[in-house]
Amino acid sequence: MLSVDVDKTLGDFAIQAQFEGRSGVTALFGPSGSGKTSIVSMIAGLLRPDRGRIVVDGDTLFDSTAEIDQPAHSRRVGYVFQDGRLFPHLTIARNLDYGRWMSGLAADPKALASVVELLDIGHLLKRRPGALSGGERQRVALGRALLMQPRLLLLDEPLASLDSARKREILPYFEKLRDETKLPMIYVSHDAAEVRQIASRVVRIDGGKVTATGGVELLST
Amino acid sequence: MFEVTPQEWTAVALSLRVASVATAVSLPFGIALAWLLARKQFPGKALLNAVIYLPLVLPPVVTGYLLLIAFGRRGIFGGWLADIGIVFSFRWTGAALACGVMAFPLLVGAIRLSIEAVDRKLEDAAATLGANRAWTVLTVTLPLAMPGIIAGAVLAFARALGEFGATITFVSNIPGETQTISAAIYTLTQVPGGDAQALKLVGIAVVIAFAALIVSEWFGRRAGARVHGV
Repeated sequence: MLSVDVDKTLGDFAIQAQFEGRSGVTALFGPSGSGKTSIVSMIAGLLRPDRGRIVVDGDTLFDSTAEIDQPAHSRRVGYVFQDGRLFPHLTIARNLDYGRWMSGLAADPKALASVVELLDIGHLLKRRPGALSGGERQRVALGRALLMQPRLLLLDEPLASLDSARKREILPYFEKLRDETKLPMIYVSHDAAEVRQIASRVVRIDGGKVTATGGVELLST
Repeated sequence: MFEVTPQEWTAVALSLRVASVATAVSLPFGIALAWLLARKQFPGKALLNAVIYLPLVLPPVVTGYLLLIAFGRRGIFGGWLADIGIVFSFRWTGAALACGVMAFPLLVGAIRLSIEAVDRKLEDAAATLGANRAWTVLTVTLPLAMPGIIAGAVLAFARALGEFGATITFVSNIPGETQTISAAIYTLTQVPGGDAQALKLVGIAVVIAFAALIVSEWFGRRAGARVHGV
């Protein structure tokens, strides 16, 4: 359960977002430049809201009146970036293990094996990110975020940098993830078809503000 | 003609020791300051930056004289440093200090540029994966800045090896203690018939500088390949 109520001014662009995320996939849907990425950055702790409150599963991540601002590294919020952001100096195996290592979790070969199988990345483990295709990179980025055992997963336009053939190749992995785990996810996208396929709840963002909240019927208007 | 005398070996060995110690000791400080300048905003940053770069623009003799005032036996810090057993004046340690100070701007400059070139988005990614600031620096920023750190260290080593003005002003030109290759060459050119010996040392200096460049190129290439993820 996620509850977001934040204000943030960036130059002359004002974000005022208030919405709830339930279990399953909640889409933040809106055109490019509508402030979607800024909103998920605030949930992750990479951008500090001017005012507001962010709560995940009863744990307050940010509250301006109570002066609570948990740093990004202690929020346990997984983040899959549009551009993957794999560490270029580490092998895929080390990339996958990074979050577990930094979060101080015990090694869990079973979790690793199941994520590797879910995303079909076993043959990539010894390679480095530079030798991977765009689709492979996004699968590894997803695996890396999952293996830190997040309580919430933010997917920020994870398919936007891929061509349509690659998108069709990757989307089934997200669906599998949605169906096989109970992990709540926020899926950011400007692509209605993509959102229809993955999400059940839609939060419409326009000009930095939430303009509608509901089901996939919001996508057609 | 090509026989190297014990005095010459002494000057060569001393130069290598002085330059190595100067580089090794200043490297951690150089990395810390470069990171601070590349990634942080704080009051007095412009001043700190100016102070670090000062030895690059001051006449070396002036830097040497300032070191004498600060770290000489009767200097501002020299007195109480001597009380705890650290003496710089007329010692090889003083030569290392002078070389370290003279090379510091080059060291910090190269490392700062390479840290600024590290994609901060990767640091953000590390934070979302649970890495605090210190771990992010150790596991992401510094490994990715490694080619620049190596280049900076080699540049500093070469600069330290060739340092002359500040060293001779601060700790004089004592054979076996503070007489580095540069000072030895200078001395030989001042005595009649010293040219042949001076030329020999010049040759040795060229070989050492060349070797340093080749080693740095090799390390840089390896680190560069890693950084680009192939």
